[in-house]
Amino acid sequence: MIRSIEEINAKIKAGKVVVATAEEVIGLVADKGVGAAARQVDVVTTGTFGPMCSSGAYFNIGQSTPKIKCGGGKVTFNGVPVYAGWAAADLYLGCTAMPDDDPRNAVYPGLFKYGGAHVIEELISGKKVRLEAKTYGTDCYPRKEYSVELGLADFNSAVLFNPRNAYQLYNVAVNLSQRTIYTYMGVLKPRMGNANYSTAGALSPLLNDPRQRTLGLGTRIFLGGGEGYVVWPGTQHVASPARDERDLPLSPSATLAVMGDLKAMSPRFLRAASLAGYGASLGVGLGIPIPIIDEQVMAHAAVRDQDITMPIIDYSEAYPLGRSGNLGRVSMADLMSGQIEVEGKKVPTGGLASRHRAREVALELKTRISEGRFLLTRPVAPLPGAELAEGLV
Amino acid sequence: MVKKKLVLSFPPRLIQEPVTYHLIRDYDLQVNIMRATVKPRERGRMVVELKGEKENLDRALAYMDEQGVQVDTMVQEMRYYPDRCVHCTACTAVCPTGALSVEPTTRETLFDASHCIICEACIPTCAYAAIESQF
Repeated sequence: MIRSIEEINAKIKAGKVVVATAEEVIGLVADKGVGAAARQVDVVTTGTFGPMCSSGAYFNIGQSTPKIKCGGGKVTFNGVPVYAGWAAADLYLGCTAMPDDDPRNAVYPGLFKYGGAHVIEELISGKKVRLEAKTYGTDCYPRKEYSVELGLADFNSAVLFNPRNAYQLYNVAVNLSQRTIYTYMGVLKPRMGNANYSTAGALSPLLNDPRQRTLGLGTRIFLGGGEGYVVWPGTQHVASPARDERDLPLSPSATLAVMGDLKAMSPRFLRAASLAGYGASLGVGLGIPIPIIDEQVMAHAAVRDQDITMPIIDYSEAYPLGRSGNLGRVSMADLMSGQIEVEGKKVPTGGLASRHRAREVALELKTRISEGRFLLTRPVAPLPGAELAEGLV
Repeated sequence: MVKKKLVLSFPPRLIQEPVTYHLIRDYDLQVNIMRATVKPRERGRMVVELKGEKENLDRALAYMDEQGVQVDTMVQEMRYYPDRCVHCTACTAVCPTGALSVEPTTRETLFDASHCIICEACIPTCAYAAIESQF
């Protein structure tokens, strides 16, 4: 072990911590070697920004007079249905939820201009939204209908709670069919007219700690412009994926469930997205600090775009029908060049995740740590399949 | 030989006037129509690339001016909103002319209206409504 979390936090408080982003550290490791870089840098910051559909927020509303029991009733925010199957005043708004009267894909491809994600973005942008509740009366909650305009400050609590974020690696999507298709990987032109990818590559949180040796349940993270925590493995988390010689998974594997105070978040890092023909989604900015506690952590954090390879998947048939196999692998560096070659054909590439904004996340997290505003945490427990580095157990 | 990309707007009264025919026959221009909308009783719009001798091109522009055809050199119908753009770059893969491109170092999405032919392929690819067409 080179240093402990406690030593890093002492340096942060003393204003002496050395922080580099996951991009900046690549050159340092190439120049000085892993050992010297690991001794020099205390923390490496990562970042990603992209549509993450398994996102949403729960809210607790102040009670009306007389009181109302939302639980078991029907509630909407600006016409978007929220889940009310909890106690009297707790509500969950999923980012993909759509108003009942939205045509969705009945008019194909649907535009999905206003869904749960848009409500969330409006709230953190300082706008008020209209809550409408219809429910049954009880002796202790006699009110049956309630309509009120609420701003973010009016909620007792507003918490972003995302069951699956920060996918470690993702497919590259192409379309082998004869017609344009509309997917969560964007608009895919026929006959491999384009190839879309969605990862922050060398900046991606879970690709910089591919075996999750430094992060786990309880890890404090940058989330949506505020702070959040890893609270659980994300849904569909793959504990033991096949890996290459750099420990990078060969297919989408680790995921994180995260939460944080929505009231501290900003529309710069939490943005409503409307994926044509697919649905509403939430663009989430998420960054994880990696404490450099040993050389292996640094070796992993120095991962480069040319090291990261992803499977190319046909989203017209293979993906929807659940067929295994792919059209080969391609590196992040190739994808970022703007063109790849698939089965002899040159295909232009486009992103879903924003490398530009991912960099902003990593730099913002670096600033917060350097200025003593963000302290690192010791994970409470490892993610399934992970083994925490010695010194963090 | 010179080449010019232009946006031509025809007032409704000119719908009967075969402007393109005259451009080709009288001014010996190659007319490459990239995008056009012509509807009865409405203003017609055409995005064209004109290629020919400079002198002929200048005379053709004077002819169109005389006829009342509004000629714009720059696409103004596509509105790019940099504040809404998150620079995901999805649009750049479907843009046929390179009007939308990625700055290789900053990874920002750039829009160069002088290369845009208003094909509108980018519009459904933008999840953040950062680009709109008023064609």
